[in-house]
Amino acid sequence: MVKMTYMDAAIRAVSEEMNRDKTVWALGEDLGRGGVFGQYRGLEDEFGPKRIVSTPISEAAIMGAAVGAAMTETRPIVEMRFADFALCATDELLNQAAKARFMFGGQTKVPMTVRMPVGMWRSSAAQHSQSLEALYTHIPGLVVVMPSTPADNYGLLKAAIRSDDPVVFLEHKDCWALEGDVPEGDEVLPLGVARTVREGSDVTIVSWSKTVLQVEAVAAELADEGISAEVIDLRTLWPWDKDTVLASVRKTGRLVVAHEAVRAGGFGGEIAATVAERLFSEMKAPVRRLGSPRTLIGYAPTLENETRISDDMIKSAVRETVAYKA
Amino acid sequence: MTSANLDRERFLAHHRLMCRIRELERAALRGLDDGLVLGAIHPSIGQEAIAAGICANLRQKDIMLSTHRGHGHTLAKGADPEAMMRELFGRVGGNCGGKGGSMHIADFNVGMLGANGIVGANIVIAAGAAQAIELHGDDRIVVCIFGDGAINRGPFLEGLNWAAAYNLPVLFVCESNGYAATTKTADLTAGGGPAARADSMGIESHEVDGNDIVAMDEIGRRLIGEVRETRTPRFLMAHTYRLTGHTGSDPAAYRPDGEADSKWADEPIARSADLLKNAGATDAELAAMQTEAVSEMSAIFDSARAADWPAAEIAFEDVQDLGTPEEGAARW
Repeated sequence: MVKMTYMDAAIRAVSEEMNRDKTVWALGEDLGRGGVFGQYRGLEDEFGPKRIVSTPISEAAIMGAAVGAAMTETRPIVEMRFADFALCATDELLNQAAKARFMFGGQTKVPMTVRMPVGMWRSSAAQHSQSLEALYTHIPGLVVVMPSTPADNYGLLKAAIRSDDPVVFLEHKDCWALEGDVPEGDEVLPLGVARTVREGSDVTIVSWSKTVLQVEAVAAELADEGISAEVIDLRTLWPWDKDTVLASVRKTGRLVVAHEAVRAGGFGGEIAATVAERLFSEMKAPVRRLGSPRTLIGYAPTLENETRISDDMIKSAVRETVAYKA
Repeated sequence: MTSANLDRERFLAHHRLMCRIRELERAALRGLDDGLVLGAIHPSIGQEAIAAGICANLRQKDIMLSTHRGHGHTLAKGADPEAMMRELFGRVGGNCGGKGGSMHIADFNVGMLGANGIVGANIVIAAGAAQAIELHGDDRIVVCIFGDGAINRGPFLEGLNWAAAYNLPVLFVCESNGYAATTKTADLTAGGGPAARADSMGIESHEVDGNDIVAMDEIGRRLIGEVRETRTPRFLMAHTYRLTGHTGSDPAAYRPDGEADSKWADEPIARSADLLKNAGATDAELAAMQTEAVSEMSAIFDSARAADWPAAEIAFEDVQDLGTPEEGAARW
């Protein structure tokens, strides 16, 4: 293992995959200068401007060109800069990338990875802070990945680049500097497999992206109160690892889902509904969902914080779930 | 080119292709009337010379991106018309196995990377296909065909700028038939139109009478050669006229009285026939070509009608490698 940041893990993953496969290339705004956050730092020097392509501010063309290139025997990595900007390329991702394989009857696949930095970070306000994963989980044809650790950013990004499906890869901006252990050798993690962050017996907490870090810390504190929480990092939202989640909830009989995205219509609802459908008679308490209230992300810290789920909220929800008496 | 030095064999082949496109679409319209063509189709009747003049100058491995009005392009690029008719009927053996229909017809074996149900979407896809070709370092080129209605969409600007900024081998062909769906394009298009917009981005543009097969073949050969040689984009504005409505079921009552009638006098197949007759082709020869096209498409029509529906299970195939099919099948 080697200590590495979430950002450096991604740079290494891209570099290794580009060395391994000459058809892998990346395109997005300012990539030659390292990308807006530095997540492409050094790659243009290593691979040149034909494979680390700095683009005009043309989201539709960035995404659409990647679709054309993916259907022409290459594997593009698309950088959207902010997940919010990908909305300018909605047709290209949802109507073209996600559908080409099916609607052309399997004549082509669209192997592209679309990186979209998400989440609240430094008062970025309503158009640079969103977590829009639920939108993409709703679209057949897309794989949706949200890593929370350097190791996962490394191993899952490599898997995404190697996947023949279009993969929406959502990295959290607030995790760029996060340090953690990353395998030294070439190691690819499987998509669609959750990670059990912490084992427990009283309650299952399912989360993803940066919120996992918060849940992990909260679970450690709850252990001091005698509550044994099992923490699952979903990692891949579509396809999501139902087996791991259902097995855990079967064991604990209780479920709390926590995510940064807006709660209403959030992917937590899909998990809650699935558990309710499959495990109703085994549940000891109603499922709890935590997410942002359905308002916009404000600029001022007082406003931004109103849209965050706090450690206390998670703790309260878990305590109430464990204490629930029918 | 005068009739005296016309390459007769070449233009007989073009004529045959145009007749086949016309009869394929007439058969499709008959299928629409009979309830065999299930969804909307967008005929290109009257625009056949553009498909013929461009595709005759392409290699099979060259890439084409087409539009919702793409039957002519697809056949001209080399797709099997029987597979096309089956696709329009939604049957087994269709190019896309019945999953796409007219608006998503594609034949990757002949470089036809798809019609598209979204106007203008193919422009950025074409630019990316060309960028991939440049990464591979081979000598293929990309042809991207769209209508004049597409030039008011953002991807037109983004895609043309992209192709110019990266010096990509794309021939953009605007089939200017005068209508954006059911609205006169000129009524809602500012400035000098498609070619002027290409010029503004430094892409050399050309205009041509798209109903003149000789002019189309000549400009197609020249621009495709230039794109292949220089690895830079070109833009061709081909003036034509859509002799039908927007879709096969659109009576096009919005057109001024007499407009379509007057345009029938200018349609490309009749003009091609006159040209060939002046060059010594006989009426009988041309009539035989027409009859052959009718009987080819008639046989295809019957065979497509007899084909099976796709098995319902394939609704879950070719969605994605991960996450299907078993969970995808859940509806209750």
